[in-house]
Amino acid sequence: MRSWEVKVGSGVADDLSRRRLLDVLLSGGLVAFLGAVFYPVARYLTPPKVAEIATSTVVAAKVSEIKPNAGKIFRFGSKPGILVRLPSGEWRAFSAVCTHLQCTVQYRSDLEQIWCPCHNGHFDLSGKNVSGPPPAPLEPYDVNVKGDEVVVSRRA
Amino acid sequence: MWFDERLGISEAIAFLRHKTVPLGGHTVWYYFGGVSLFLFGIQVATGLLLLFYYKPGLDSSYESVQFIVTRVPFGWLMRSLHSWSANLMVFAVFVHMFSVYFLKAYRPPRELTWMSGMALLGLTLTFGFSGYLLPWNELAFFATKVGTDIAAVVPVIGPTMSRLLRGGDDVGGATLTRFFGFHVAMLPAAFSAVLLVHLLLIQRQGMSDTIGAREPSAKGMPFFPGFILRDAILWLGVLAVLLVLCTFSPWELGTKADPFASAPAGIRPEWYFTFVSQSLKYLPAEILGLEGEVVGICTFLAGAVFLLCVPFLDRRAARGQKSPLFTLIGVAIVAFMLTMVALAYLKPY
Repeated sequence: MRSWEVKVGSGVADDLSRRRLLDVLLSGGLVAFLGAVFYPVARYLTPPKVAEIATSTVVAAKVSEIKPNAGKIFRFGSKPGILVRLPSGEWRAFSAVCTHLQCTVQYRSDLEQIWCPCHNGHFDLSGKNVSGPPPAPLEPYDVNVKGDEVVVSRRA
Repeated sequence: MWFDERLGISEAIAFLRHKTVPLGGHTVWYYFGGVSLFLFGIQVATGLLLLFYYKPGLDSSYESVQFIVTRVPFGWLMRSLHSWSANLMVFAVFVHMFSVYFLKAYRPPRELTWMSGMALLGLTLTFGFSGYLLPWNELAFFATKVGTDIAAVVPVIGPTMSRLLRGGDDVGGATLTRFFGFHVAMLPAAFSAVLLVHLLLIQRQGMSDTIGAREPSAKGMPFFPGFILRDAILWLGVLAVLLVLCTFSPWELGTKADPFASAPAGIRPEWYFTFVSQSLKYLPAEILGLEGEVVGICTFLAGAVFLLCVPFLDRRAARGQKSPLFTLIGVAIVAFMLTMVALAYLKPY
């Protein structure tokens, strides 16, 4: 025979169930109270999404500004982009945000590669990650030369 | 006498006279906790002084630190003291942690002292990380970009954590405001609370003896006045070293952060994070189908959890026996960290 069975009928069981009810109500109330405190705090700390003006085309540089086998960082909306003039004179443009941990890449004329100095990531001139830790290629952009202006646009 | 009746100063001194520090070949390691505490005091004092002139903001952070170091009388000294003592504090905290580890002082009943100490180490590194951004210079900008993106790599909670830290999708003005809030309000409050627990636990349990020695140690130095006077001499020594460093090698400000410039060649975080950043350079893009950095960061996290839980894992030390396996693991961790720090400075690529 278990101890609680002895107490049935003595009023103790009633006390127990009353105590249990109070326990549930109090702990439930406490959880609800903590939720009511921390939910608004957590939501408050999470920054709201700010609508970005979508930039799809930008004048990245003047043709005369960049010699063959050189590169330049330009502003593409709120992110940096990289414009490279290949030794052959051809133009290429990519997102300059390294796919590893978001450092800003640079053009290395000695290697003819795009390089991220933070963790030694290398990309070839088609944006492909060729060595080091970057897990993905750089996002490529389209380049058009209009007169003296080099225009970079996001691919559709 | 009037104060003594009301505050019980003589009781406190009697308690400190009664308290002893174990003597022996390892006594030197018992000073590093005190040194860390002293350097924390310097951080609080100089931090408060810097607050009189520092203005967080994209157009004011760099400029106000520049103003402090070039125009404010002794501003260069306050700023240098803050930066140098931060670095020395991280060093002292690491030495303190590893000396406690190798002396196995984490063993029962001091598990909570160890865990609160690990929390203080974590908070110290967070202090370093958040304070590093505040001058808004080029190195700090990229260090924060990388650091907050590393947070994003943590499975499940990572992306939310990264947005929460940055105050948006990118490192910018919102990040600066948040880091300022963390650095001067939230972290000091949290650090003080945990520090209080840590110190109370030490007072309650006394200092640990080495394994094999009888506890409490028959041979000990009274905490007051013996140990505290030696502590004071050492603190003065540390202060002298700090002043020499500040005078002959004032902390540099660097160039202002430009979110639209390439990261400079040779970029690296503060030395105490280089063991992470340098290891990440060696990881390939993919390991067993997972992204290399995810594997790397998860390994470091596992290492931190291991260190946090070591009092419960080291069963031999818990029984008062020597535990060479854990000594070996500790040596491996220290060797790995030192090698990575050395490589980061000598052969970064």
